[in-house]
Amino acid sequence: MRAAADNVFKALADPTRRAIYEHLARDGEQTVHALTDRARVSQPAVSKHLTVLKRAKLVRHRREGRETHYCAQPQSLAPLADWMNAYGAFWRDRFDQLESLLKRMEP
Amino acid sequence: MNDFAVPETLVIEREMPHAPEKIWRALTDGPLIAEWLMANDFQPVVGHKFSFRATPVPNWNGIIECEVVTVEPPTQLAYTWGTLGMGSRVTWMLTPSASGTRVRMEQCGFKPEQKANYKGAQYGWNKFIGNLERVVGGLQ
Repeated sequence: MRAAADNVFKALADPTRRAIYEHLARDGEQTVHALTDRARVSQPAVSKHLTVLKRAKLVRHRREGRETHYCAQPQSLAPLADWMNAYGAFWRDRFDQLESLLKRMEP
Repeated sequence: MNDFAVPETLVIEREMPHAPEKIWRALTDGPLIAEWLMANDFQPVVGHKFSFRATPVPNWNGIIECEVVTVEPPTQLAYTWGTLGMGSRVTWMLTPSASGTRVRMEQCGFKPEQKANYKGAQYGWNKFIGNLERVVGGLQ
């Protein structure tokens, strides 16, 4: 679980990979060629980014003829959501403490 | 709501039965901040660099590096929030309401800091998550 989270965060820390992922998540399945046209980096670079995203299970692929198609796997964002929930719990707890301080303060 | 969106903004909003000026004091006075958030050397001056200090845990020194971005008493306060190579921004908005004040906190960004000595690599995200859980659970 921790290794999976590590891969997700590393994969999304890079802005180009994040852009590729967001593009797949928003627009659905794409070929490597279509992704390369949008990404403004070389095809080998896009392929390398896709490998990292694949390792994090953020995307999966299927081959059709000479083309490889990629699509997003949004359920793999769970570690990120967990992390945001942890921060949410942190702030809700702080809000409680702020309210109890306000009760003790002079008006 | 887009199911695929990477969560990048955390919003917490609460009505509090107190005047905005009083809440502003709790948000901007260092010793008062320490009572509900963390030890700090905050000053309500734009550009002031300060830190929050939590109890250190293994792999985390407990330090959050911040810089004051906005000070508009008694309605808006914002500071950057950087820890473990991760940068974000915390914004407080106070709006007078019938029962007192609506307090809104937004933490947004959650982006790796653009630094040559990228601290994220040094610590590792997984440790960060673990530490955060401990911070959340252990700082009562």
